[in-house]
Amino acid sequence: MHEMALCEGVIDIIEAEALRQSFSRVKTVWLEIGALSQVEPDAMRFCFPVCAAHSVAAEAKLEIISAPGEAWCMSCIKTVPVKRRYDPCPCCGGYQLQVTAGEEMRVKELEVA
Amino acid sequence: MHVPGLSQQRIVQIERDILGKNDELAQVNRARFAAARVFALNLVSSPGAGKTALLVKTISDLKGIRPIAVIEGDQQTSNDAERIRATGAPAIQVNTGKGCHLDASMVGDAFARLPAIDGGLLFIENVGNLVCPAAFDLGEAHKVVVFSTTEGEDKPLKYPDMFAASSLMLINKIDLVPNLDFDLARTVEYARRVNPKIEVLTVSAKTGEGMKAFYAWIAKRAASLAADAAE
Repeated sequence: MHEMALCEGVIDIIEAEALRQSFSRVKTVWLEIGALSQVEPDAMRFCFPVCAAHSVAAEAKLEIISAPGEAWCMSCIKTVPVKRRYDPCPCCGGYQLQVTAGEEMRVKELEVA
Repeated sequence: MHVPGLSQQRIVQIERDILGKNDELAQVNRARFAAARVFALNLVSSPGAGKTALLVKTISDLKGIRPIAVIEGDQQTSNDAERIRATGAPAIQVNTGKGCHLDASMVGDAFARLPAIDGGLLFIENVGNLVCPAAFDLGEAHKVVVFSTTEGEDKPLKYPDMFAASSLMLINKIDLVPNLDFDLARTVEYARRVNPKIEVLTVSAKTGEGMKAFYAWIAKRAASLAADAAE
């Protein structure tokens, strides 16, 4: 359940930003979570209100934007879409893949008041 | 200042990595290891794959050659650190309590409490867990995933993140293979589906089989890290 630690990281980032940009209440938090990242969105949704309690994001709504996975196929010499880490290349069926996108775990933006 | 009739709501762009703070601390650890010419490995596996037994064997074979220290991560008990200390190597036990992984801050604190091991090896034995430790950079040179022959061949597919994050897979308990239906070729194939670059060595911490190849891998990787740092 490392999502708990990740959620604490999200709240730390928001609290630091609240001081820097002078806001006291967060209405919505947008996270960008890659399809190949180490985050289970449902676990994140479960942990978020627990970690957010007593913070500026205590009443915030959590929105998760999913970023698609992409890999460079060394056989096809091109970028291909991948849904999971162990998926074969959709073009050649091989596994000579280097992940190039979809590992994002980011706090993207906030709606604040 | 509140202006009646004007909404105070606004959108704030953040674009910050959730693990940014951990990654910064990991870079601090990495710089400290480099300054002391310490080669650090982060050992990960499921519980019971034999990480501690591998370390005990490695320390007994290499302790005359280079200084070695160990940071032990477990939810509870100091049993593993005691097993390491029995070999004569210094060990710090980190109990993560409810936590499921070591993070860069815990490793930085533990490293500061260890005696100096300039030019030596630091082994970080992570919490036995094939999921969470994959996400956390500790400042190590490489993650090494320990997989034992008593586990299913499809573990690299079931827990792909850890095998994707590791540079080396040590297949431990190779001495048990005659008594098992273990398919080595299939295990390696599955691991390379997830990570085409992963290196693989078969070892037995109990009999010592294959351990020399692991020591040679450490020597080669430590030398190439030192060469990179010198550039």
